[in-house]
Amino acid sequence: MRKSRTLNLGTGSFVLLGFAALFFLTTQTTSRGLSIFGPARYEVTAKFDNIGDLKVGAPVSMSGVEVGRVAKIDFDSNEYKAVVLLRLNQRFNKIPTDSDASIYTQGLLGGKFIGLTAGGADTYLKDKGQIDFTQSAFVLENLIGQVLANFTKSKADSLSPADATPRATEKTK
Amino acid sequence: MFGELWESFTDALEGLGSVVHFLFRLIVNSPRVLLRFNLISQQIFNSGALSLIIIVLSGLFVGMVLGLQGFQLLQRFGSEEALGTAATIGLVKELGPVVTALLFAGRAGTALASELGLMRATDQLSAMEMMAVDPIQRVVVPRFLGGVIAMPLLAAIFSVIGIYGAQLVGVQIMGVDSGSFWSQMRSAVSLTDVTEGIAKSFAFGVACSLIAVYQGYYATPTAEGVGRATTSTVVTSAVVILFLDYLITAAFL
Repeated sequence: MRKSRTLNLGTGSFVLLGFAALFFLTTQTTSRGLSIFGPARYEVTAKFDNIGDLKVGAPVSMSGVEVGRVAKIDFDSNEYKAVVLLRLNQRFNKIPTDSDASIYTQGLLGGKFIGLTAGGADTYLKDKGQIDFTQSAFVLENLIGQVLANFTKSKADSLSPADATPRATEKTK
Repeated sequence: MFGELWESFTDALEGLGSVVHFLFRLIVNSPRVLLRFNLISQQIFNSGALSLIIIVLSGLFVGMVLGLQGFQLLQRFGSEEALGTAATIGLVKELGPVVTALLFAGRAGTALASELGLMRATDQLSAMEMMAVDPIQRVVVPRFLGGVIAMPLLAAIFSVIGIYGAQLVGVQIMGVDSGSFWSQMRSAVSLTDVTEGIAKSFAFGVACSLIAVYQGYYATPTAEGVGRATTSTVVTSAVVILFLDYLITAAFL
């Protein structure tokens, strides 16, 4: 009896340790917290022209404070827009209805997140509400394309008069 | 020439078929054995808790090496902070399950195979049959289930210890910022990475335990036969683990 008690104790502590490790891996190494015991939440949608590489689970922040997460990303085939479902913490339930949602990048090449900027309305966003003012993701490739286009254009502009003037002066000589 | 080749091919097929048949026998008998949980509990202790020391030590050193190598590599690109992400993804998805399974095959698989082989060689299994005790139910299934339960837990412990090993080298010795080590890891590691690791370790647990009990149960009842069963347990397990690893990685992509 004594032996089986120590044996069961060993098995029990091993299984406990194993499950503690599994728990650590699922909650501490990933961004998914304990959603079972999480605070009450409400959901609002926002439509964007372009969400870049925004992912489900990306944080939603206001003034840099995390107020919720992206719960679902869908595509509206009537308006040709991306529909993003935001799950916000019930604690932050005083977000004006005319607030603005923009997609930002964490760091230079980090992941995307949604930043909310408070508006001035007296009414607040409720569950199943919608954020009307949105600003698309800043896509690095587009910016590089624009810069390159500007660069080549300005180079062409600066080259042609420079080419022309010396010859013109030579001719006049 | 062709006759011999054909014969060895059909032999291999027959072996595979009998392994599958054996697995079905184990699964069919499992529900009845689950009611006698103390038998399984004892086997979880034997193959899980007793493997803990080797798993913890190996996990620590594997994590420390990952921390050192990862730091050296990432430093070239000036992104040492990604060390947490690199070490965690490497451990949780690949090294944790695979190295644990290889160690498990070496530590627990050989013990199972030689124990069952010796039972076969000393006619203990036949004696049980004489007493109308089904050796599959009484001896084999508890060992199989114990291994299946212990393996994912061991892999999870390995990964966690490894992450702390990488943190020990990266943060404490090499001076990576602790905050960015953990926060970059949290934003980059997704739940599917962890699920992939758990799925792998479960599949490896089934494969290792099945191979070990099969080899032991059908061992030639001689001293040499038990030795051969132990050796082929390790060899077969290693090959099957790496093959399954590729399959599951491809399935999760």
